[in-house]
Amino acid sequence: MNLGFSLKRFGAVLYKEFIQMRRDRITFGMMIGLPIIQLFLFGFAINADPRNLPTLVEMGDNGPLSRAVIAGMQNSSYFAFTGAVSGVGEGEEALRRGTANFVVVIPEDFERDVVRGNKPEILIAADASDPSATGGAVAALSGIVNVAISETLTGPLAQQAGSAPFSMVVHREYNPEGKTSTNIVPGLLAIILSMTMVMITAVAIVKETERGTMEMLIATPVKPLEVMLGKILPYVFVGYVQTAVFLAAASLVFGVPFEGSVWAFFLGFNLFIVVNLALGFLISTAAKSQMQAMQLSFFTILPSILLSGFMFPFAGMPGWAQFIGQAVPATHFLRVVRKVMLKGGEVADVTGELWALIAILVVISGIAMLRYRQTLD
Amino acid sequence: MSEPLVIDVHGLTKNFGPKRVVDHFDIQVPKGAIYGFLGPNGSGKTTTIRMLCGLLTADEGEGTCLGFDVRKQAEQIKEQVGYMTQKFSYYEDLSIRENLDFVARMYRLDRRKQRVDQALADLGLADRQKQLAGSLSGGWKQRLALAACLLHEPKLLLLDEPTAGVDPKARRDFWDEIRRLSAMGVTVLVSTHYMDEAVQCDFITYIAYGKKLIDGPSSKIPEMVGLETWRVEGPELARLEDRLLTEPGVVQVARFGTVLHVSGTDKAALEATVERLKAEGTHRWSLQVAGLEEAFIYLMTGARDNFAGDGGKVAA
Repeated sequence: MNLGFSLKRFGAVLYKEFIQMRRDRITFGMMIGLPIIQLFLFGFAINADPRNLPTLVEMGDNGPLSRAVIAGMQNSSYFAFTGAVSGVGEGEEALRRGTANFVVVIPEDFERDVVRGNKPEILIAADASDPSATGGAVAALSGIVNVAISETLTGPLAQQAGSAPFSMVVHREYNPEGKTSTNIVPGLLAIILSMTMVMITAVAIVKETERGTMEMLIATPVKPLEVMLGKILPYVFVGYVQTAVFLAAASLVFGVPFEGSVWAFFLGFNLFIVVNLALGFLISTAAKSQMQAMQLSFFTILPSILLSGFMFPFAGMPGWAQFIGQAVPATHFLRVVRKVMLKGGEVADVTGELWALIAILVVISGIAMLRYRQTLD
Repeated sequence: MSEPLVIDVHGLTKNFGPKRVVDHFDIQVPKGAIYGFLGPNGSGKTTTIRMLCGLLTADEGEGTCLGFDVRKQAEQIKEQVGYMTQKFSYYEDLSIRENLDFVARMYRLDRRKQRVDQALADLGLADRQKQLAGSLSGGWKQRLALAACLLHEPKLLLLDEPTAGVDPKARRDFWDEIRRLSAMGVTVLVSTHYMDEAVQCDFITYIAYGKKLIDGPSSKIPEMVGLETWRVEGPELARLEDRLLTEPGVVQVARFGTVLHVSGTDKAALEATVERLKAEGTHRWSLQVAGLEEAFIYLMTGARDNFAGDGGKVAA
């Protein structure tokens, strides 16, 4: 009798495991498909040194030197000039709403002051609530401008070029110290909520099917809506508790300010929770076991982290990746949180995000309701 | 039948993809009857029961259950039907009392506390009411499940293999309870694999491949199957059994303890074989009234499993 290790037995276990792996379609797809999708998706989409950041300009002076500075910035590919503003208020507004990352202000009589040697200042207001997005561009600024100057100030003015004829003043708005935690901490709320809400809901619903209790439930006169609401509401409460803990920690431990409207935050936050619960519900209609529900939830969490602008600047992603990112609920909630907490946003400043969340909610719950059936067919 | 029909359906059909699981099934169940639902695994019993109580929508067919349309009035049917699933389907992480209370709330029952107390007392679980349902043994889980689906005093009980995996004593108690309910006017449709349970039913229907093979009062089933049975006693029954199966006229040999029941549908051929073997003088032969058990062994061996291939040779 051979009591040792049997290659045949080992082989049999190995073979059985492969058969089971192949039969579990979702898990199999996740093992093969997910890494490939994610590699391509995130590999190409993520850019820690973003270019083409939307920039507005306030042209107080329209001379060749001003235009040379603007052209130089544009050519550097860091800045993409999307329009002109007049007056400080308009630029501030654009920064707060997030439609521009920079506002460049060229003062009046800029060129005359340069020629006279008055050393005027070009003001660049940067949205520093996401320091990683604007940091690269700001760092490249002095090089860009020097090139522009040396090309434009020729002849008698060439001597001015040597001794910095004007200066660039960068105002870091919303996060003057450029602290990473100020940017990351508000974003974390979006990630924490997506992770827990989606996963807990999906698992809680699949659990009923997996354990057979759903069959008993459906056999009673209970309505699907009663089951869904009853199952989901406890987790809304969990979301509230998480948010309360989060807000306390953000303020007490990390010193993150809360500048804006509580009402705007409250609206965005409730909407976001509902979207996540709907997403969890949708996952539960596809998953056959709690394990699959976990795996599918995980699948939704990666884009929330990587494509939402949480970890890498949204503006730095290529157009198609931004398009996908727009479909991720966390993208919009993240903006709401940053706008409200850091930029002092009001409800009016976040209406775009709220509508986006509502649109996502309608689509997700529509699909989920189509998939959910009251019977077992 | 004098009693009104509680279930009256015709042509019930259900497909899962290309597979026809239930094929034009008819059943008429009178009030207060215990109707046994027999058939091999995968024959469509569970699917039929689910269609009757509105968990599945039939692809074809029509009829009524408790006077409500089985295809359109699932809501009304659910209010008055108690459905006990094959697998324990209550919450293992809730206590016994919490489970009963939850079910009572699902049916919006009045006097909830009283009803739950009463159910606990009837179960004999009043002092263990705080125990988690998951920690109960198979027999107790089954009793809890029955109590839970009786809470709303249903007029019709649909029991899907209720005694699978339950010990004989608990099974007997369970059937005592079923008969008590039937006497009170509750109609019971119960699927089972056990013949000792089948014989307790007033009516029996046998289904295989989603098709009904036989249906009638249980006392008439053996006659409907049309078996002739001989009883054999003597030494070396195992060898005799092997030999008998090759003899003409013998369709089935079943062993009951120390005797063999030899059955066939062709009376003359079977008799000729028996006469020949009798002459050998080694065994004692006697003609026996064919019972339900032979009839079911006959039906079941004819249609062992729906996936075994074509089994249409079994005829009632």
